[in-house]
Amino acid sequence: MSIKDIQEQIIEEFSIFDDWMDKYAYLIEIGNELEPLDETKKTDSNLIDGCQSKVWIDAYLNNGKLYFEADSDAIITKGIASLLIKVLSGHTPEDIVNAELFFIEKIGLQQHLSPTRSNGLLSMIKRIKLYAMAYNSKNIN
Amino acid sequence: MNLQEQIRRDFPILKTKVYNKPLIYFDNAATTQKPRIVIDTVADCYASKNSNIHRGVHFLSEQLTDKYEESRAIAAKFLNAKATEKIIFTRGTTESANLVAFSFGEAFINKGDEVIVSEMEHHSNMVPWQIMCERKNAKLIKLPITKSGELDMEVFPKLITGKTRILAITHVSNALGTINPIKEIIEIAHSNCVPVFVDGAQAVQHINVDVQDLDADFYAFSGHKIYGPTGIGVLYGKTKYLEKMPPYQGGGEMIKKVSFDKTTFNELPFIFEAGTPNYVGAIGLAEALKYVSNIGIEKIAEIETDLLNYATDKLKDIEDIEIFGNAKHKSSVISFNVKNIHHSDIGTLLDKLGIAVRTGSHCADPVMDYFGISGTVRASLAFYNTKEEIDVFVAGLKRVLGMLR
Repeated sequence: MSIKDIQEQIIEEFSIFDDWMDKYAYLIEIGNELEPLDETKKTDSNLIDGCQSKVWIDAYLNNGKLYFEADSDAIITKGIASLLIKVLSGHTPEDIVNAELFFIEKIGLQQHLSPTRSNGLLSMIKRIKLYAMAYNSKNIN
Repeated sequence: MNLQEQIRRDFPILKTKVYNKPLIYFDNAATTQKPRIVIDTVADCYASKNSNIHRGVHFLSEQLTDKYEESRAIAAKFLNAKATEKIIFTRGTTESANLVAFSFGEAFINKGDEVIVSEMEHHSNMVPWQIMCERKNAKLIKLPITKSGELDMEVFPKLITGKTRILAITHVSNALGTINPIKEIIEIAHSNCVPVFVDGAQAVQHINVDVQDLDADFYAFSGHKIYGPTGIGVLYGKTKYLEKMPPYQGGGEMIKKVSFDKTTFNELPFIFEAGTPNYVGAIGLAEALKYVSNIGIEKIAEIETDLLNYATDKLKDIEDIEIFGNAKHKSSVISFNVKNIHHSDIGTLLDKLGIAVRTGSHCADPVMDYFGISGTVRASLAFYNTKEEIDVFVAGLKRVLGMLR
């Protein structure tokens, strides 16, 4: 599935909730489903700055596709990281670099996009894009 | 109408709904809401009185200059300041601390001198002193706290040496709610000839402050934390120190005569009020101080202590909760964590129930480091909050914890 298709699927999944608490309960569920990151990968270089909660994102390339793993000490942040991974993990660096993320606003999580927001969704996206850019430029060279 | 209903009617924002739920505002230590009279005063200033103050020869300017200086007198009266001492308007407590740290530092602090700052300070009353100490090659000395979140009063006198030049201390802790024995602290400092800067940002809205009784050398507070506008603060200072301190910023009313050879400065307090002052803020603040004084700080303290005790008792029943800051004398701040649950998760979910609390380190990293935590959930109550709101908050917290456990 393309990055666009996955986003549309997530939007549909979230569309059944009209109550905020149900939406967040689902986000927590998604966070709990995320494979915990191996302790050896919870390094300072994988840690994302500017978050009230700790978030680690690790990336690896396999067969030309970039995969992400993430963890957080806060469950809502972990749920958000999990959504980002669903959308962006397993695609080519080029696709990830060029991806337009529209699902966040559509499912009503845009408040987390504010730069001072505690979970630093923006910082997570920036880190993922940076990984993709780094791998993408390696491919080009 | 009872007093509570009357008070709540004074604050229009309390009728607001967020996410279709009635707003429960428990973030009063960050900023307080504004009574109608303050909002109207500020609006009226701009609508029918606005004009730059001082130096103007026209009606509006003279009228507003009078109002501004009257506001200074109201602030002085609020703190029971002697007429011979000074009230300086600043942007807030942070600027007041920066002003004193810079200018006092320039006048009185030299290489090898020592400055004592407590471990429970808001960053705003710690970092300015740290910057000044680095500039002056002076030493920043930590006055430690204890497990209950109180100052270690046994250690304190031992920290004072012949090199101690000033003590910077908060009256009430923003992260823990601890009310410090500030009079006793000042007495000990003064018996060693050490002046004291008091950060009163979390104190003036909860307890009666009398700078003469405390004998504080400097006392600072912020307008927006005492139901006044943002961007205005008060710095009280003793003339004997202020008159020896060089200006903090240059330009505007702080100047008497400027030439390229030599600029002469205006007198106190204007020398410390560079640029066009926030006169609308000062006038709004004076209105807030009058409002608070009309209800009475004692009455406010009584209501808030009652709310604090009610909320603390209710919260103690929650499984695995830990309250940080268990001082005997506390303002209406409850800082807590629940075992294995991140404070930001609790805050994010409470928000969706219409309940505004603060999470994180509360600009007091050293306090968090002392307790070995990354932050807390902080519920801070004001006299317009109610027991019904506390009930909704506690029920909401239980619901949220159920989702997170």
